[in-house]
Amino acid sequence: MSIRVGESAQAATFPKAAKKLLQNTQLRRNVRRATDTIRGKRDKVVDEMPDWQALRTAGQQIKKRTLRNLDSYLVQFEKACTAAGGKVHWARDADEANAIIIGIIQSHGQKEVIKVKTMTSDETRLNHALEAVGIEPYETDLADLIIQLGHDKPSHIVVPALHKNKSEIRQIFMDTMGLKELGHAPEDLAAAARNFLRERFLRVKVGFSGANFAVAETGSVCVVESEGNGRMCVTLPDVLITMFGVEKIVPSFDDLEVFLQLLPRSATGERMNPYNSIWTGVTPGDGPKEFHVVLLDNGRTKVLADEESRETLHCIRCAACLNACPVYRQTGGHAYGSIYSGPIGAILTPQLQGMEHSTSLPYASSLCGACYEVCPVKINIPEILIHLRRKIVESGGAALTERMGMAVAGYTLADSSRLGKAQKLVQLGRQPLDAIGLPGWSAARDLPTIPTQTFREWWKTRGAK
Amino acid sequence: MSTAREDILQRVRAAIGKQAADEPVERDYRQTPSLSEGEKIDLFIDRLHDYNAQVYRCGPGEEAATIAEALAARGKTRILIPPGFPAHLLPTGPTFVPDTQLDYREIDATEGALTAATAAIAMTGSLILTHSETEGRRALTLIPDYHLCVVYTNQLVETVPEGLRALGGRRTSPVTTIAGPSATADIEMTRVKGVHGPRVLDVIIVSV
Repeated sequence: MSIRVGESAQAATFPKAAKKLLQNTQLRRNVRRATDTIRGKRDKVVDEMPDWQALRTAGQQIKKRTLRNLDSYLVQFEKACTAAGGKVHWARDADEANAIIIGIIQSHGQKEVIKVKTMTSDETRLNHALEAVGIEPYETDLADLIIQLGHDKPSHIVVPALHKNKSEIRQIFMDTMGLKELGHAPEDLAAAARNFLRERFLRVKVGFSGANFAVAETGSVCVVESEGNGRMCVTLPDVLITMFGVEKIVPSFDDLEVFLQLLPRSATGERMNPYNSIWTGVTPGDGPKEFHVVLLDNGRTKVLADEESRETLHCIRCAACLNACPVYRQTGGHAYGSIYSGPIGAILTPQLQGMEHSTSLPYASSLCGACYEVCPVKINIPEILIHLRRKIVESGGAALTERMGMAVAGYTLADSSRLGKAQKLVQLGRQPLDAIGLPGWSAARDLPTIPTQTFREWWKTRGAK
Repeated sequence: MSTAREDILQRVRAAIGKQAADEPVERDYRQTPSLSEGEKIDLFIDRLHDYNAQVYRCGPGEEAATIAEALAARGKTRILIPPGFPAHLLPTGPTFVPDTQLDYREIDATEGALTAATAAIAMTGSLILTHSETEGRRALTLIPDYHLCVVYTNQLVETVPEGLRALGGRRTSPVTTIAGPSATADIEMTRVKGVHGPRVLDVIIVSV
């Protein structure tokens, strides 16, 4: 088995990575500025929708329906897609998926592939696998291009180069595109990307994409995007390969009417993103002559098996929870050591990759609930975080101080006389506690002021009056 | 050895257990219009302006003159059209080149494309193409830097659900929804017009 979420199994723990990143003031400024902008836009276009809560409920219920009957929907999708001229492949894990894709490209004798932003291919480290066999992957999404040219790592699910500002992007383009002159405006940078990629769009014979949604009823696949690079990749090449996680299925074509409203408003704060492409198999005279779908498991069926955290698979990758998260907004995405960062990353990465690789991630949250509030499909992230913390504690993976603390708390709270005695003890110990702090805990927090009177003492005096 | 397909389906079945009754889906969101015809058209125009698209309005029979006006305003003289685009809508003056499966590089060398649409959505300012004979294959409205689209008011709906349902039997044709010119928000989360798709979009709304 080679289940893999990028390089997350080798990543540093969250507190260790975060400590270093918090010292990078430029990065923090960039992340704060970008997330502020997108939050403002999202709130505005969500507030104008009187039926937003009804859409969220429908989105949640459609995802629930999908997962409860996933086997039959997958088979239905396969049948419809095949009937329309597509070929469906199944991949248990990252290596199997990469091998299928390499096999298709090599069977056509091709050495290049144009790619539109695909999280699952970052999961399987497809680019790495392609390069190892001499196939050049060209990322075409502007942010992915910035990451690829700058040998950087993605820090956000929707805008992977969110941690870079425009002057840093300009420098990367100047250095890697062989440009002597380049303007400073975002428009100039977009034009540079257009010129850089145009020849590749017209030349390369194999395209690769992910999918935002795949329709069981019709076998259709939907890609949501802004720049037109997605349309280029799914339209111009002779051969198209599309890979997506098995949970991306929706039962019926009409279900798209829900998600095509929820996703753009949540992701980029737009009423509608510039382009949606929906296609079904192969259409003679229009687009690729050969279409392959790779259905990816890579740990998803493990998540499906845990009823308490199954709804993690509802995620439509809008990243609204990242933009709303007070922790993400301080550290940026790299601290999470995974292509999936922020609150959703903190629950998705450990479940896909295996808890033993990422025991710090479920603790990278203050449980404030902002993520749940903005989630367009109502994933209760705080509850799942607590569920995962419990699993970590049960498997002995929590820090010793926390396990001891919880054991003491359990003993104390179980008996009211013990609680009263403990409260007295804390009041007496206030001064020495202030002086030494709680190792590990008070490094990033202030100890709360301990009142001179407990609630019970106050209640007694109140009753006496 | 079992195949990946069998293994994955087996894992899914083991994970979800015995199938329960189908999960209900409450569709209490808006699926019907609430605006008057005039308000709906105004909203559509407002949305298109939001995306920096140029909007022209005309009555039936005035399409050719309006197409001529739009092309002249952009200085376009040689324009691609889908093979089935109605000849009587074309003005004299500009050269119209039918796309008879032209090479992609030939399309790249043209000034723009003129097409019809299948439907349009007022709330989101979306044009929906199903790439019929009057709308052209997908490459036609993708590679050139300019797209002029003619849409009729009886194709315009108010909400997204109405828009997708308007596709009817054409929903398994290739479908492209277009909301404004190509754009990106990847640089500091600001919408910048114009990356890989057409950087300029003009729309002619014909009242019928």
